[in-house]
Amino acid sequence: MNKKHNYSKVMTQFLVYLALIIFAVTIVVPVAWVFMASLKGNAEFYGRSPWALPEGLNFQNFIDAFEKANMGTYMVNSIIVTILALGFLLLIAIPAAYVLARYRFKGSKILNVVFMAGLFVNVNYIVVPIFLMLVDGDTFLRGHGMPPMLLNNLIMLALIYASTHLPFTVYLLSGFFASIPKDYEEAAFVDGSGYVRTMATIMIPMARPAVITIILFNFLAFWNEYIISMTLMTKDKFKTLPVGLMNLVSAQKASTNYGQLYAGLVIVMLPTLILYMLVQRRLTQGMSLGGLKG
Amino acid sequence: MEKRKGRKKRRGAFIFCCVAPATILMFLFMIMPTFNVFKMSLYKWGGFSAEKTFVGIENFKKLAADEKFLRSMQNSILIIVVVTVITMALAIVFAAVLSRQKLKGQGFFRVVFYIPNILSIVVISAIFSAIYDQRDGLLNTFIYLFRPVGENGEGLIAWLGNQKLVIWAIVIALIWQAIGYYMVMYMASMASVPESIYESASIEGAGGITQFFTMTLPLIWSNIRTTLTFFIISTINLSFMLVKAMTGGGPDGASDVFLNYMYSQAYTNSSYGYGMAIGVVVFIFSFALSGIVNAVTKRETLEF
Repeated sequence: MNKKHNYSKVMTQFLVYLALIIFAVTIVVPVAWVFMASLKGNAEFYGRSPWALPEGLNFQNFIDAFEKANMGTYMVNSIIVTILALGFLLLIAIPAAYVLARYRFKGSKILNVVFMAGLFVNVNYIVVPIFLMLVDGDTFLRGHGMPPMLLNNLIMLALIYASTHLPFTVYLLSGFFASIPKDYEEAAFVDGSGYVRTMATIMIPMARPAVITIILFNFLAFWNEYIISMTLMTKDKFKTLPVGLMNLVSAQKASTNYGQLYAGLVIVMLPTLILYMLVQRRLTQGMSLGGLKG
Repeated sequence: MEKRKGRKKRRGAFIFCCVAPATILMFLFMIMPTFNVFKMSLYKWGGFSAEKTFVGIENFKKLAADEKFLRSMQNSILIIVVVTVITMALAIVFAAVLSRQKLKGQGFFRVVFYIPNILSIVVISAIFSAIYDQRDGLLNTFIYLFRPVGENGEGLIAWLGNQKLVIWAIVIALIWQAIGYYMVMYMASMASVPESIYESASIEGAGGITQFFTMTLPLIWSNIRTTLTFFIISTINLSFMLVKAMTGGGPDGASDVFLNYMYSQAYTNSSYGYGMAIGVVVFIFSFALSGIVNAVTKRETLEF
């Protein structure tokens, strides 16, 4: 009886390990394979097993990706947009979240509801109306003798990134602010500290863990985003990395520049992988803070 | 008195300055566009001509008879059902195993399983294109070991080129992408179940599987319900993003999903009114489905 029980226990243990290992392999192997393939010369992709190791460390693909496939420009665009969007978001979301969590005023209930409702609006639905709005705006500007500047504008794109991530960020941050005891602020007010100073020097520093979490999540979201960018950046020189990569994928189907394609893939995913390695514990723990996915 | 008035004024100014920028941006880029989706769905508006004609529910009537839309709907429902069931089941089982059985390498698996979640959907689609490639794909090189390809290309498996296979190729990529995220989420909620409950159950002789069904699952049920609702909405979105980047809906609409159809109508095809009508239907559909799922999964909550 006991022996049989032990046997089945070992068996389940084995099957469980097997399933876990298989799934881990399906993640690690393709990602590692992309890194390997990015070092292969173009000739190495033909008539050879895709599993063959590269003949040498061939960094030509990366140079080609940067020079011929414009990945350098796209990367600069991505860096600009990501940093700007994070800046806008933090600057706008933190004070709003703090006030919404802490102050009762005329309309505060409605605003809380509006930001909550925003959680349910996905950008995929509204990206075309946003595009049309910017087209209209540009037509208006042109009609009044000004240059059109809403479409194909990295600052605008960053602003829209920040706006569409406001509901999630405000939700997460105001939840955190609400959990901080009120005593700290009251003590500060008694000491004669004003509203702005109390927020900036007492409350925001206390919310640091939540702020770091939103920076991490939103960095990944902005860096990886491509639907909005693809729709609003119609000129090639304003495209961001993921959109540029998509162009490489479709170009590769025609001209078979596999090397450049995989180099491009590495360029897009390397920053996120490095960040993940540095902060993975924080990222996976931060999830229980928000518990939502945009 | 003067002083108090000044303080009140300053309070108002502070609140206004903090909330106004966020509210303005929300209004411009979230509320207005959402409102426009609903409004434009009632207009016939195509191309870059400024001509908008009010047609009432004409777009919706046309939609009901649009075979391409119905096909994309079919694909979407298939994806939602299959991806949800498999992802949820695997994520819950993996989470239970990793947090209950003190397995070696628990941290390693958690770190690795989460990786797909930090990759751009474009990256994922490119990786899966390499996996599914018909001649030199990472998957097919294995299959061809056992099922060699004939001289004239007989027996080649075109995962993304075959109308029947392509949807399953998408399903697998979506599951691959989502498991880790939900697993980590469930591990967090399982970690909050006190160990003492399991100890007393073990003393009474309940095995691992019994414990899983009678304790772990009911105790995190409310968490599962919430994630289920969000999972449905996020699958609708992710399936669009993946299809857009990987197959564009092809071959011949075989992998089209409804948001992709909306995007191709509204943006590529410039039929704004019609595209927005699709958006409205999908929006309502996703909420109705979430509501139904929420009602069906209602159980008496168990607390520890």
